[in-house]
Amino acid sequence: MSEAIDRPHPTPRDYILIAVILFAITAAEVAVTYVDALDSARAPMLIVMSAAKFLLVVGWYMHLRFDRPAYRNLFLIGLVLTPVLFGAVLLSFGLLIGN
Amino acid sequence: MATLNPAVESATASHHGRKGVWSWMTTTDHKRIGLLYGVSSLLFFLVGGVEALLIRLQLAAADGTVLSADAYNQMFTMHATTMVFLVIMPAAAAFTNYLLPILLGARDVAFPRLNALSYWIYIFGGLFLTISFFVGGAPDGGWFGYAPLSTQVTEIVRMDYWALGVQILGLASLLSAINFITTVFTMRAPGMTLMRMPVFAWMATVVAFLLLFSLPIIAVGLFEVFLDRNLGTLFFDAAAGGTPLLWQHLFWLFGHPEVYILILPAMGIVSEVLPVFSRKPLFGRSFVIFSGIAIGFMGFGVWAHHMFVAGLGPVAEATFALTTMLIAVPTGVKIFNWIGTVWGGSVRLATPMLFSLGFIAMFVIGGLSGVTHSIVPSDTQQHDTYYIVAHFHYVLFGGAVFGLFGGIYYWWPKITGKLLNEGLGKLHFWLMLIGFNLTFAPMHILGLRGMPRRTYRYPKGLGFEFWNFIATVGSLTIAVSILIFLINAWRTKARGRVAGNDPWDGRTLEWSISSPPPEHNFDVVPVVHAEDDFWHRKYREDEEGRPVPIPGGGDPLVAGPDDPPIHLPSPSFYPILAAFGMFLTVLGLVYVPLGLVLAGVGVVTVVWGLFGWSMEPLTREEH
Amino acid sequence: MAVLDHTEHAGHPDLGNVRKIAMWAFLGSECLFFGTLISTFLLYHNTTGDGPTAKEIFSIPFTSVSSFVLLMSSLTMVLAHHAAGRKDWRQMRVWLLATAGLGLVFLSGQAYEFTTFVHEGLTVTTSPFGSAFFVLTSFHGGHVAIGVLMLLATTFMSFGGKLHEGQGMNVELVGLYWHFVDIVWIVIFTVVYLLQV
Repeated sequence: MSEAIDRPHPTPRDYILIAVILFAITAAEVAVTYVDALDSARAPMLIVMSAAKFLLVVGWYMHLRFDRPAYRNLFLIGLVLTPVLFGAVLLSFGLLIGN
Repeated sequence: MATLNPAVESATASHHGRKGVWSWMTTTDHKRIGLLYGVSSLLFFLVGGVEALLIRLQLAAADGTVLSADAYNQMFTMHATTMVFLVIMPAAAAFTNYLLPILLGARDVAFPRLNALSYWIYIFGGLFLTISFFVGGAPDGGWFGYAPLSTQVTEIVRMDYWALGVQILGLASLLSAINFITTVFTMRAPGMTLMRMPVFAWMATVVAFLLLFSLPIIAVGLFEVFLDRNLGTLFFDAAAGGTPLLWQHLFWLFGHPEVYILILPAMGIVSEVLPVFSRKPLFGRSFVIFSGIAIGFMGFGVWAHHMFVAGLGPVAEATFALTTMLIAVPTGVKIFNWIGTVWGGSVRLATPMLFSLGFIAMFVIGGLSGVTHSIVPSDTQQHDTYYIVAHFHYVLFGGAVFGLFGGIYYWWPKITGKLLNEGLGKLHFWLMLIGFNLTFAPMHILGLRGMPRRTYRYPKGLGFEFWNFIATVGSLTIAVSILIFLINAWRTKARGRVAGNDPWDGRTLEWSISSPPPEHNFDVVPVVHAEDDFWHRKYREDEEGRPVPIPGGGDPLVAGPDDPPIHLPSPSFYPILAAFGMFLTVLGLVYVPLGLVLAGVGVVTVVWGLFGWSMEPLTREEH
Repeated sequence: MAVLDHTEHAGHPDLGNVRKIAMWAFLGSECLFFGTLISTFLLYHNTTGDGPTAKEIFSIPFTSVSSFVLLMSSLTMVLAHHAAGRKDWRQMRVWLLATAGLGLVFLSGQAYEFTTFVHEGLTVTTSPFGSAFFVLTSFHGGHVAIGVLMLLATTFMSFGGKLHEGQGMNVELVGLYWHFVDIVWIVIFTVVYLLQV
């Protein structure tokens, strides 16, 4: 067995802590949408917070941090390909720029 | 076969006497599933071939009267849909199913029942598409189903058959892609490192990844077409603000990787055949592998070159022109590697070799005419003319089909135990090569003269008559060559020469076992020490690097009493049941709202199949 | 689903459980599936025609609550997985059922939301915005529904004298699928809801 899976797995305490963080970020996300002063910074803030939640769930709840790299790579190809391909499609429609 | 291992005997005995239709319907043996794929794709090849001949007969002379405009539209749509989804893809799946586990030194794929499910979904999907001919007409909107053509006239269900048929064929391919990827990741024999995998196994892996990441895109696109037609959604309705151009993006995001899905298996086959018949290792093996991977990645970055006349704007057009030129580089690397393999080898011009050399020559022509399309102004001129038809037939027929026939002649003795007749094989090759060039070379000229595609007749006096006539003669020549192949196959069954384990002096593991292979493939799981491991078992090199046979080196490994027992997956009825449920589901969905009852029955059948499946152990105790 | 681990018999290094590899490959594919749906939505997010716009129709407080419910179902799911790892089958069943329950709450929320939107004049045929919104969220909801069925089936099968090593793997695989459906919603909640109001 490779050493990757010998790393100590998280305990229920860790899982609950992560759930609290996820809740806090979601609350912050909703709060940001109600603060008018943040108008121009809103989109990047939301994207960063959403990405943080995404990574927490994938890394800890799905154990990708602790598991074999093969799993990560299979998933990563899809995860990277998606924004690249559709970024190009939406750009060609004139989205993502200027508005 | 002498065997000391009781496990081998019991594995063989318990699978004895499995004959008859039922045993084929419930099989989970990757070799039988491979054979089913092969025979089915050959049958559909004949269907698609008849469609092609009808098209050629219609165009043989000006103002043709063989087909009506309506029938012509159905023919060109179904010819392409059949050849792409029901012939070339499943023919590649046939080779991958049959050979991938053996090439890796494994006894089956990772998920034998999922494998059976893939096949049955494919065959029901093919049936579903084909019965449309008999219920009000086949799909007639092109294999690319461009919206809004595909989303209009919703009271005629032809394009519903297309959208749903391609959808479930895609599902079948997605499942087998996951299966093959898992097999390659987990089932390789000891010592079979990734870089030691045979090149065909590598290309099959790249294809599996292309399918894995391109099929979900077209799946969503097809759902959107179906919903536009049946639920009144507005995805591609320009009047309501939808954009048909989105469909083109979704289709070609899948469609261009699909081109490599069709050609890479043939490239893999050729990379296996050339070294054997040149008695040399593949030249620059790792370059062939890495350029295959590069083609896979870059294949996702060129889709918009199919859309140069759609008005994407100069930035997008320049970008995709560049990526299109770049993807020619790894393809060119492969061509040079193949030539380098043959160069200086002791070449035997047996039929598999002839088809492989034919593949290289024809594919180079198709590749060169293809890369000219990266020049946008020139592409704009050629768009929707017969020049394009000429180009992609040089790639998909001169390339993929020649490569696949090379594979058929090469592995036929392994699969059936008998060698196809060489004389008839060579006749088949030469007639097909001549017929192919007579058919498709003139289309370059017709295209440059401005003859449009997908037009059911042309008037006299435009300079189209002569070359169209030649093309029709060529297509009939191809038909004769296919007939010769069928005669050869039939004759061989009765009178073919017995092949033995290793008729071609092969290099890879499949030639180390009997022909046809036993159900469990290997009595002893081989331990791999090198690339082309079986070759190195048979030959060592003298001081000057010449191969010297090792006495008895090619003999099959014999299991000892201590070898672990062999487990083979049991037959299962549930895959075909679940696939039949999917057939009922899509058939019902064509005829919404009334058909929803049938679709409901279909869904229940699918659930029944999957539930029974999950409750059934993979290997039942049999002794 | 008992899958024979061939690798054991072949005696070479196991590169991971075959079914886990297959699941991760499938999830990689699903990224593209939802990516396509979300991109369709982004293309049409302003193409509302005469129908209501995102700003007019979305209720952020309501969707925030249902997003929270789905997030917490990931917690119960991972606790079920943890219990299965300790072979504590009773706890495992409790957490599995809790996860399924939260999934059903989420689905009810979605049904309520859809009904409200239809009453306020947004359907799949109103505008490309409506088509893209409903089709995207329905496909996500469909994934949640399949997940609930798999959770219930796993719980049910754990009663049938099938408590063996494979049980933990079943829970792990259902868990991977469930968490994936959750992260898709994390993206949808931000991109489809929060960024559009």
